[in-house]
Amino acid sequence: MKDIAEIRADFPILNRKVYDKPLVYFDNGATTQKPQCVIDAVTEVYTTYNANIHRGVHFLSDMSSEAYENAREKARSFINAGKREEVVFTSGTTGSINGIAFSFGERYIKPGDEIIISHLEHHANIVPWQMMCERKGAVLRVIPINDTGEIILEEYLKMLSSKTRLVSVTQVSNALGTVLPVNEIIAAAHSVNVPVLIDGAQGIQHGVVNMKTMDCDFYVFSGHKIYGPTGIGILYGKEKWLSELPPFQGGGDMVDKVTFEKTTYNELPFKFEAGTMNFTGAIGMARALDYVNSIGKEDIAVREKELLSYATEKLSGINGLKIYGNSVRKIPIISFLLKDIHQYDAGMILDKMGIAVRTGTHCAQPVMDRYGIDGTIRASICFYNTKEEIDTLVVGIEKVISMFA
Amino acid sequence: MTISEVQDSIIEEFSLFDDWMDKYNLLIDMGKELPVIDPKFKVKDFLIEGCQSKVWLHPDYDGKIITFTADSDAIITRGIVALLIKVFSNRTPEEIISTDLYFIEKIGLRQNLSPTRSNGLLSMVRQMKLYALAFNAKSN
Ligand SMILES: Cc1ncc(COP(=O)(O)O)c(C=O)c1O
Repeated sequence: MKDIAEIRADFPILNRKVYDKPLVYFDNGATTQKPQCVIDAVTEVYTTYNANIHRGVHFLSDMSSEAYENAREKARSFINAGKREEVVFTSGTTGSINGIAFSFGERYIKPGDEIIISHLEHHANIVPWQMMCERKGAVLRVIPINDTGEIILEEYLKMLSSKTRLVSVTQVSNALGTVLPVNEIIAAAHSVNVPVLIDGAQGIQHGVVNMKTMDCDFYVFSGHKIYGPTGIGILYGKEKWLSELPPFQGGGDMVDKVTFEKTTYNELPFKFEAGTMNFTGAIGMARALDYVNSIGKEDIAVREKELLSYATEKLSGINGLKIYGNSVRKIPIISFLLKDIHQYDAGMILDKMGIAVRTGTHCAQPVMDRYGIDGTIRASICFYNTKEEIDTLVVGIEKVISMFA
Repeated sequence: MTISEVQDSIIEEFSLFDDWMDKYNLLIDMGKELPVIDPKFKVKDFLIEGCQSKVWLHPDYDGKIITFTADSDAIITRGIVALLIKVFSNRTPEEIISTDLYFIEKIGLRQNLSPTRSNGLLSMVRQMKLYALAFNAKSN
């Protein structure tokens, strides 16, 4: 593996200062920074071969179409999906979940049917299902969590029934960092013929994700959380589902024949890609996936584990600091509160010290409600962060305590 | 003091400090001087939406002037509300409605609060003006 100085040199933004202090970027759960190669890939599209895909007969259009389809192949191989037909580009995790919630609802859901999610979901994996349930008269069931921040598997198993139509859970909690037992969740659902969607927004960038072994029916993620551009993401779906589901958007490119009487749809995956897609984003994301491969997914996971245990140890040592989410299976997200200090006050002062953390509910209000709190301070770390940065955070927190306590 | 004079004095007070940490300490101190709100007004009806922290604001109108009391669960926010109250409290509705708030810009508060937070600040200002409008309409 490259050493840390080399890795950091790949990300130009990590060099910058804020308020004259070196940036300490601990908001990777919200979005990650981009390596130069991704920035170059996007620039290259616009400077050398920008043209709409799948449309022109001309040279540039051929070139961009090919780059776009190569990007799909990269994404397919990154998650080890069976076929390129199963890999759909979307605007991101939110776009993917909304799409499936709509199409699945239209195709399969009747009044009284049940959808299961967990108490750890991001709003992106709650609201689309609520909207679908409202439309179709279906019922949303929620797997509870324990104080450690883990889902209670036995409750889930009890919840699965002949009414269950779909299970949609996150791979990793963005608010607490908990890694969910997705293999068990999927196996149990499949034993009663229920498909499973996995929200990979916080899972894809922290380890090896393999569609063959995970065997979920849908897997979704966002490019911007895995060092790629914003506005692009993936919807993986098993072919048997994607071929049965109706499209969630209509427009150009997704059609085969259009008359005013009837339209027939294009083949997979294009059926789900209406309008001009974010091909530049797709090409940039593919470069990001290449980059992650070049560093090594296993090595990233090992390094992040080390950073997590270092940060957990250091932060736990601070008087009055309480960590929310203490599962032994976690990615390097530390959600915490300081005794008698509002997370907003803490975040403001840390910001002034050049430390970027997120404060608030992290788009996961039910998780906060579960603990009876308004929000937390969240440090979300990734492989380009350092132990020295964690030390800076500790100094920052001590400063906060001295100002407000 | 006129509203403008109050704004100018706040600007002067903040100009004594270059470092933002010191300015925050000043804000924190100002929060301590915030006129306390009666606990019975710390309810949903007086909660201002759009802030990362909770802000309760209560207007009391005696037919002539509006007196504001407020509180927040975050200390920096309490300092910000205290500043707004310094400017707006014990003023007539007309004065409040017609005031051009320039001190926020001048002390660098807006640039130093991220957009969502600055929205919280704007929500507070908007709420104070809305109360003034409502009282004004009632008394006319
Ligand atoms: C677990 C989880 N799901 C979904 C999302 C939504 O992702 P996006 O905003 O990229 O669509 C996020 C992003 O914060 C997330 O952490």
